[in-house]
Amino acid sequence: MIGFGKPLKIALGLIVIAGLIVIPMNFNRYGLFILSQWAVMSIAAMGLNLTLGYAGQVSLAQGAFVGIGAYAAAIMTTHGWPLPAAIVVAIVLGFAVGWVLGYPALRVQHHYLAFVTLAFSTLAFLVFRNESWLTGGIYGISNIPRPHVFGIATNKPLPFYYVCLGSLAIVSVAVWWLIRSPWGRAFMALRENPLRAQSLGIDTRRYTLMAFAIGSALGGVAGALYAPLTQYIDPVPFNLSLSLDLLMMVIVGGAGFYFGPFLGAMIAVLLPEWLRFTEGYYLMLYAIAVMGLLIWSPTGILGILDRYLAERRTKAASALRAVAKSRLETAQ
Amino acid sequence: MSNLFDLLVAGLATGAIYALVAVGFTLLWQTSQTINFAQGEFVMLPAFLMLAAMHAGAPFWLAIILGILLSMILLGLGFKMLLVDPMMRHGVLPLAIATMALAIGLKEAVKQFFSAEASPFPSIVPTGDISILGHAISLQSIGVLVVAILAVFGLTALLNRTSLGHQMQAAAQNPTVARIIGVPVERMILLTFLINAFLVALASLLITPIYLAKFSSGEVLGQAAFIAAIVGGFNQVRGAIAGGLLIGVLDNLAASYVSTQYRAAVPLIFLIVVILFRPQGLLGRAEERTV
Repeated sequence: MIGFGKPLKIALGLIVIAGLIVIPMNFNRYGLFILSQWAVMSIAAMGLNLTLGYAGQVSLAQGAFVGIGAYAAAIMTTHGWPLPAAIVVAIVLGFAVGWVLGYPALRVQHHYLAFVTLAFSTLAFLVFRNESWLTGGIYGISNIPRPHVFGIATNKPLPFYYVCLGSLAIVSVAVWWLIRSPWGRAFMALRENPLRAQSLGIDTRRYTLMAFAIGSALGGVAGALYAPLTQYIDPVPFNLSLSLDLLMMVIVGGAGFYFGPFLGAMIAVLLPEWLRFTEGYYLMLYAIAVMGLLIWSPTGILGILDRYLAERRTKAASALRAVAKSRLETAQ
Repeated sequence: MSNLFDLLVAGLATGAIYALVAVGFTLLWQTSQTINFAQGEFVMLPAFLMLAAMHAGAPFWLAIILGILLSMILLGLGFKMLLVDPMMRHGVLPLAIATMALAIGLKEAVKQFFSAEASPFPSIVPTGDISILGHAISLQSIGVLVVAILAVFGLTALLNRTSLGHQMQAAAQNPTVARIIGVPVERMILLTFLINAFLVALASLLITPIYLAKFSSGEVLGQAAFIAAIVGGFNQVRGAIAGGLLIGVLDNLAASYVSTQYRAAVPLIFLIVVILFRPQGLLGRAEERTV
C-alpha cells in the first residue's frame, strides 16, 4: 500500500471516471436525470466544502446561491443568451453576493454565523417568490433551453449529462488546484486557529471573505447547470431545506476531505432513490441512516476511511519498529 | 388605534408560544451545547401523541397527560440518551446536523404513521371572544398568553428560587466547578432535557388548536423560536422570553403594516441587525472566544 499508493490511486480514479462516462450510456431518462443531479449537487457541495470544510465558516446559504445561479441562467437563456455567458454571470453574482455575506463572518462565528446565513437564505427565497416581474414568482420560469456544445445540441438527457459531468470535472480540477495552492493552506490555517493564522501574517479578513465568495460562486455554477437540467424552475427547490441538504452532504461525506462532497452528494441524491422501494419509509430510513452515520463517525464517511488508514499506518509503523528493534538486539 | 391594540395582544400570544419553545432551546444550549434543529418538530409531535391517545379511546385530559409523559420520555430522555450523549464529545456541528436529520425523520414518521392531512385538535381554552376596554379579544389568545406566562414564571422561579434551580444554573455555567462542589451535573443536564420536553409539549397543546395538527407545522415555529432565542440572547432564559415576545409582536405588526409578501422578512432582517451589532443578543452575556 505504501509503495504503490499513488499509481493505484490514479488507476482507481481513471476507472471511476471511465465508469461515469461509459455506464450511463444505457441508462434510462430518469437514471440520467438523477446522475446529472448528482454532478450538479457535487459542484454546489464542493463550494460549501471550501467555505465550511477548509475555511471553517458555517454557511446555511449555499442553497440560496444555487438559486441565484439558477435564476440568472434561466432568465438569461430564455432571453437568448448562451449558457456560458449565464455561467459567467452566475459566478460573478455568486462571488459578489458571497463576498458581502462574508462580512458577518468577520464579526460573528459558529452558530451565530449559521443563523445570519440562514436568514439570508430565507430572504433570498422571499425575493425569488415575490419579485415576479423578474423571477416569474410562484409560477416560475419554464422552457429553459439546453445549450449547444461544440455545435452539438444537448437536448437529450445523455449529452446534457456529459455537460454536467464535464463541468464537474473542470470544477474538480480547479478546486484541487486551489486547495493545494497557498490560498488553500491559508483557508486551512483559518479553520484550525484564526488567531494563530493572523499572527503568522495571514490576512484573515481577506481570506474569510474569499472563502465565502469562492464557495458561493461554485454554488452559482451549480445553479446555472440546474436550470437547464430541470428546464423549469420555481422558488420551492431553493428554500432553506436545500441549504440544509447541502450542509448535510458536506458533513456526511466528510467536511474538509477533497472527495467528501462527491460522496455526500451521492448519498443525498442516490440513497433516497435506492430506498424508494420502501415507498413512504424512504426519507425516514434516510434520516436514520444519516443519524447513525454521524453517531458512528462525526467526520463523515471519509472520516471512517481516514481513521482506518491512520490505524493501519500506526500498525505498520510499530511493526517496522519492532523489526528494527529486534535487528538492533541481534546486532548487539 | 384599536387595530394596534388587537395586534399587540395577538402578537403577545404568539410571542408567548415562541418564548416557551425558545426557552427550552436556550436551556439545552446552556447545559449541553446542543443546537436542536428539530425543536419545531418537537412541538409538532406531542399533539400527534395526544391525538393518537384520543383515537385509542382516552378522554382528552388523559390524552394530555399521556402526551406530556410520552413527550418527556421520547423527546427528553430518548433524545438525550440516543442522540446527544453519543455525539456530545464530537462538537456542535455534527450534532446540529444530526438534529436536522432527526427533524426529517420525525416529520416523515408522522406523515407515514399518522396522516399527511391537517387534523383538528380540541382546545383547552373555550373559543369565543371577550370584551376588554371595548376590544373583542379571542379567549384563546388570552388563554395561550396566561398559560405560557405561568409556565415561564414557574420555570424562572424554579431556576432562581430553589436549590435545584441553583444547581442547574451552576451546572450550566461551569460544569467543572459545579462538579467539584458536588452538583450532580449529569442529572441536572438530564433535567433540562426533561424540562425542554415538557415545555414543547405545553407549547404543542396551546398552539395546535389554533393552527391544526400537521406534520410540517414545526418548520415555521422552530425557525421563529431560534430567531427569538438569538435575538434575546442565546445563553439567557430571560433573553429567550423577551426575544419570543418581541418576535411575536413584530411578526404580527409586520403582517399588517409591511407588505404581507415580505412579512416573513421583517424578523429576519431584525435578526441580522441584532447579530451584527450585538452578537450576544439583546439580553445575553458575551461568550468568551476560545483561542
